[in-house]
Amino acid sequence: MTALGYGAEAKPRKGFFTDTSICIGCKACEVACKEWNHVPDDNSGFSGHSYDNTLQLDANTWRHVAFVEQRKPLGVDAAAESLVEAAHLNEIAEREGVETYQEDGGIRWLMASDVCKHCTHAACLDVCPTGALFRTEFETVVVQEDVCNGCGYCVTACPFGVLDQREDDGRVWKCTLCYDRLKDDMEPACAQACPTNSIQFGDLDELRERAEKRLEKFSAAGVEEARLYGADEEDGVGGFGAFFLLLDEPEVYGLPPDPVATTRHVGHVWTAALAAAAALGAALAGAVMGGRR
Amino acid sequence: MAECHPVGFQWVMEAKERGAKIIHVDPRFTRTSAMADLHVPIRAGSDIAFLGGIVNHILENGREFRDYVRHYTNGPVIITEEFADTEDLDGFFSGWNSDDGAYEIDSWRYADTEQEAAAGKKEQEGDVSGEQAHGVHGITLNKGEPPETDPDMEHPRCVFQLLKRHYSRYTPELVEQLCGVPREQFLEVAETLCENSGRERTGAFCYAVGWTQHTVGVQYIRTAAIIQLLLGNMGRPGGGILALRGHANIQGSTDIPTLYNILPGYVPMPHPESEGRLDHYLENNAPKTGVWGNLDSYLISMLKAWWGDAATEENDFCFDWLPKIDGDHSIYSVFDRMLDHKVKGFFAVGQNPAVGSANSKLHRLALANLDWLVVRDLPEIETASFWLDSQEIETGELTTEEIGTEVFFLPAAAHTEKDGNFTNTQRLLQWHSKAVEPRGDCRSDLHFFYWLGRKIRDKLGASEEERDRPIQQLTWDYPLVGPHQEPDAEVVLREINGFDSDWNLLPKYQELKTDGSTACGSWIHCGIFKQGANQSARKKPGREQDWVAREWGWSWPANTRILYNRASADPDGKPWSERKKYVWWDEDEGQWTGADHPDIGPADKRPDYVPEDDDATAIDALRGSAPFILHPDGLAWLYAPAGIVDGPLPTHYEPHESPVENPLYGQQQNPVRQRFHRPENPYNPTGAELGAGVFPYVITSYRLTEHHTAGGMSRGLPYLSELQPELFCEISPALAAERALEHGGWATIVTVRTAIEARVMVTDRVRPLRVEGRVVHHIGLPYHWGKRGLVTGDTVNDLFPLVLDPNVHIQEVKAATGDIRPGRRPRGKALLDLVEGYRQEAGVAA
Repeated sequence: MTALGYGAEAKPRKGFFTDTSICIGCKACEVACKEWNHVPDDNSGFSGHSYDNTLQLDANTWRHVAFVEQRKPLGVDAAAESLVEAAHLNEIAEREGVETYQEDGGIRWLMASDVCKHCTHAACLDVCPTGALFRTEFETVVVQEDVCNGCGYCVTACPFGVLDQREDDGRVWKCTLCYDRLKDDMEPACAQACPTNSIQFGDLDELRERAEKRLEKFSAAGVEEARLYGADEEDGVGGFGAFFLLLDEPEVYGLPPDPVATTRHVGHVWTAALAAAAALGAALAGAVMGGRR
Repeated sequence: MAECHPVGFQWVMEAKERGAKIIHVDPRFTRTSAMADLHVPIRAGSDIAFLGGIVNHILENGREFRDYVRHYTNGPVIITEEFADTEDLDGFFSGWNSDDGAYEIDSWRYADTEQEAAAGKKEQEGDVSGEQAHGVHGITLNKGEPPETDPDMEHPRCVFQLLKRHYSRYTPELVEQLCGVPREQFLEVAETLCENSGRERTGAFCYAVGWTQHTVGVQYIRTAAIIQLLLGNMGRPGGGILALRGHANIQGSTDIPTLYNILPGYVPMPHPESEGRLDHYLENNAPKTGVWGNLDSYLISMLKAWWGDAATEENDFCFDWLPKIDGDHSIYSVFDRMLDHKVKGFFAVGQNPAVGSANSKLHRLALANLDWLVVRDLPEIETASFWLDSQEIETGELTTEEIGTEVFFLPAAAHTEKDGNFTNTQRLLQWHSKAVEPRGDCRSDLHFFYWLGRKIRDKLGASEEERDRPIQQLTWDYPLVGPHQEPDAEVVLREINGFDSDWNLLPKYQELKTDGSTACGSWIHCGIFKQGANQSARKKPGREQDWVAREWGWSWPANTRILYNRASADPDGKPWSERKKYVWWDEDEGQWTGADHPDIGPADKRPDYVPEDDDATAIDALRGSAPFILHPDGLAWLYAPAGIVDGPLPTHYEPHESPVENPLYGQQQNPVRQRFHRPENPYNPTGAELGAGVFPYVITSYRLTEHHTAGGMSRGLPYLSELQPELFCEISPALAAERALEHGGWATIVTVRTAIEARVMVTDRVRPLRVEGRVVHHIGLPYHWGKRGLVTGDTVNDLFPLVLDPNVHIQEVKAATGDIRPGRRPRGKALLDLVEGYRQEAGVAA
C-alpha cells in the first residue's frame, strides 16, 4: 500500500501499534511528545480521575495516557479453593460493615496511551476546506499549522474527538506522527521514549502482523477480553494507522466501540437528497400538472 | 519499581514476557502492582514478619539449597554459648546495656574467637560510625576459618539451628495476623520463591526506599539476604538483591562517598582512637583475611593520590591529615546540632531538606539558626528560600527580619551540561558526555568544589601552620578546559583508576602497593581507565556481544557484572546446572572461566585450594571454595556476628509509631532506634500507650513517576507538573466513609508535629487490612510538593517524626501514625492551635 499521488516519493505506510498490555503508565510519551513538538503546557489541576490529569487528547495533548481502575471478581480457581472461607469472611464483613482486602477480590489498573488514529478514511481530511489537513507520503494525516484557518469543521468530523482548537489562536493541532522526524528517518518521539516498547512504530503491515501474533498469545493464555482495536481494514474508518491492543472493551478506555468516518455516508446522503429532490420535483410537477388538469 | 524506576522496569517487563513471575509486595496498589502477577498488600512496617515467615517456611519444609548453604554461608558455624536470642529475652539479644541503650556485641561472636567491638569501644552505641562501621573489619580468624563448625548443621548452637529457632514463631498465621496478608497468599509467595530457586532456577529481590526508610531498615534487607542465601540466589545469574536507589547516581555517591563515615571504596573513616597513626588504624580496621586484608594498600594508594610526593613512608603517608570522626555526623545529627546553634555553616548540594527530610519543619527552623548557608541546585528550592516563604513565616514561628542566616544560592549545571559517570544499582558505571555548556552562572559540582579548594588554598598562601598543609599539599593539578575553566573529568577518572610510580595506569586493584609506589583514588575502581581508555564510556550495543554485555560501561570491581559469582559454581568449580552456568573452573586450562570476570581473586586459584600456611593473609587465606571474599571467612553471613548495631538476626519490631502492639515481644520497637527528644520533634503515642488512639491510621510516604523526590528537579518543569499538579492523599473507600472524606475534596492530615492539607483520592488501590483482629487503614502521601515551583502544596515530610535506623541513620517515613479529617487546614496561627489541641488530647507535651 502506498500513498496516492506521491508517485515515486511514496513511502510504505507508517503507524503505531500501541500494546496497552505492557504500558506502565509512566507518561514518558506525553512528555516526549510535548518536548519535541513544542506543545504548550496545559495544567488543569487535580482531576481525581485516578492518575490521569490530562484527561483527553486535545490541541495541547497529543499523546494521552488513560488510567482505568477496575474491581475484578476473584478468579474461578481462587473462589473454588476458598468458598468456605469466603462465607466465613462475609459474616465478618457483615458484622463489622467493612471490606478488607481479605474479603475482596482484587483490582486491575489499566493504562493505555491514546493518540490520533491516522485513519485510512479520515473524515477530518475530507471536510477540511483549506487543505491544511493532508495525507503525507507516509499515509499519515497532518495539519499544516500555517494553512489552518481555524474553521473547526474537522473538530466535529473526527469520530474520536481528537481534533481540537487552541483557545488562544483558534487553529487545530494534533499528532503529526512526528512528520518532521519521519522525514529524517527517526521514529516518533513518543515511541522512542517509551521504556517498555508499549508504543511500537514501524511499517503498518509489519505492525499488524506483529499485533496478530501478540493477540494469539493472549488468546492461547485464555485472556478472552484482549482484542485489537483499529487493525481491521473493514471497520468504519478503513482501519487505523495507529491501532491498539486493548485488554477490555474500547468503551472502558473511553474509546468509541465502532467508529465510523462521519463523511463515510456523504455519498449516500447526496444520492438520497437527489432522489428526494427528484421525487419532490416529480410531485410538484404532478401537482402543477394536476392543477392544470 | 514501575512507579519510581520506569526505565529500569523495562527489564522486569522483558523478564515477565519470558515467563518470569513478578510479585509485588506493597501497602498500596501501584503501577508496579498493575504489571505484577501477584500484588500482596502488606501493613507498612511489618516486612520483617513477612520475610521472616518466608525464612521459616523454607526451614520448616526443608526448601533450602542445602549444598549452597553448607559450603557458602555461615550456617554451619557455631556461635558462642553466651549468645541469647530475642526469643529468650522477650525482644532483646544478649549484651543489652539498658543504661546506654545499646548492645555490647561480644556475646554474638563465633565460638572460640575474640571480638573487638567498634574502635576499641566496649559496645556499639547508636552513634557507631567510622572505623569498623562495616562488620567485616572487626573479626580475626586464623586462615579465614571459623574455629567451630558443624557441616551437618545439627549442632544446637550452629547458625542454621539458631535461625530455625529464631523464626519458628513466624508462621503463616502470624504473618496473617501481623501483616494483614491472608495465609494462602503468603504461602503462594513463599512457594513461588522456593520453586524458582535451586540448581536450575534463580529469583531476585528488588527493593527501594520502601525498605530502607524504617527504624529497622537495615534488618529488612538482612532478612531478604537470609532468604536469598538459604535459596542459593546470590552470586548467580538471575539472582541477587537489587537496591534501587533514590536518584540516578546514589550508588556512585556511596562508592565514592558523599557520606561522612567512609572514604572512597568503603574504606572506614579514621577515628581519634587511632591517634592519627596508620598502624593503629590498620590494626583496628584491617582483618587479616579476605579482600579487606589488603586495606593498607588501598588506603596508602589513596593517600598518595591525594597528597602525592608529600605522602611518604616516614610521615605515615599523611594519614594524620585525614579528618577523624568521633560519632554520628550524619545529616540528621547535624541538623539537631544546628537547631542548638552549634553549626555555623552548611552546604546543601542537590538536596532539599526543607521538603525532603523527615520532620522538615524542624529542618527549616534549624536553617534559621545558621550563620551562612550555601545552596547549590537547579532552581531556587525551598531550602534556599525558607527565610522568605516557609510555613513558619506564615504561622509566626519565624520572622524574616530576625533570621540571621546569610544564604548563597549558586545555580548548578545539569547532567547534560557536564561530563561524568552515573553508577546504577548493579555497580555499573556509564559515562555521559557534556551536550551543551551550562548557561549563565550555572556550574558543575566538580567545578565548584575544585575552585572552592583553589581559592581556599590561595587564601592560605604560604601559611606555615601544620593544620593548613593538607589543603596546601593536595595534588589538584587537573587540566582546566572549556570557557569556564572546568577541571577535566576524565583526568579525575584517571586518578581514581590509579597509577604506578611511572604514571602507567593500573589494570587492577591487586597491583596496589603498600610502599607508596602506587596512587589510586578508589581501589574498587582500579582498572576503569586501564590501557588508557575510559572503560565506562564503552557503548557497544548488547546485540553485538554476548548476553552479559561486558563491553557496555564498566562495573566495579574489575568489570565484574555479578559480585561473588564464584557461588554460581559448586564447591568443585562445576556449574550448579547447565541452565544457570556462569563462571566455572576449567581444569585443562588451570583457571576460572565463563561469561563474567571470575570474582575470586587470582584466576588460577584452584577450587580445592586450602591455605596451608598459618601466615597466609588476605585472599590467600581463603579457601578456593569461598565465594564471599570480602568477608574474613569467605562466607555469606546468615547471622552477622558484627557490624550491625541492632542484632545479629533480624527480628520484627513495630515502627516507632504504630497503631498496634508487637505481638511477638514485650519490647514494642527496635530498642536501638535513634531518637531525638526535643520540643521540635514530639512523637505520637503508640501501640498500647495512652493517647495512641488519637492517631489511629498508618501514614506512609512515597513517590510518583511524574515527580522527582523533593521536587527540585520536577516542580519547575511544566510538562511534568501538569501531570501531577497537586498534593493528594490516597485512601480507601472504607476510610473515606469512616471520616466523611469526599473524593476530589480536601483533607487535613495531622500528627503531633503539624498538620497538612491534601486533595482526597478515594481508591480501591488502597485497602484496609485486618491486623490483630482489627481493621488498619493506610493514608498514602506522595511527598513531592513544597512552597515553590509551578505546582505547590504542603510538605508531607512535616508530618513525620525524626527517628532513625541506628545503623545508617535513615529516617522512618514509610510507617508512622496520624489522623485525617475533612476540609482544609487552618491558616496562620490557627494551624498551631489545631496541632496543640491534638497534643493535649494525646497527652503529648511539646
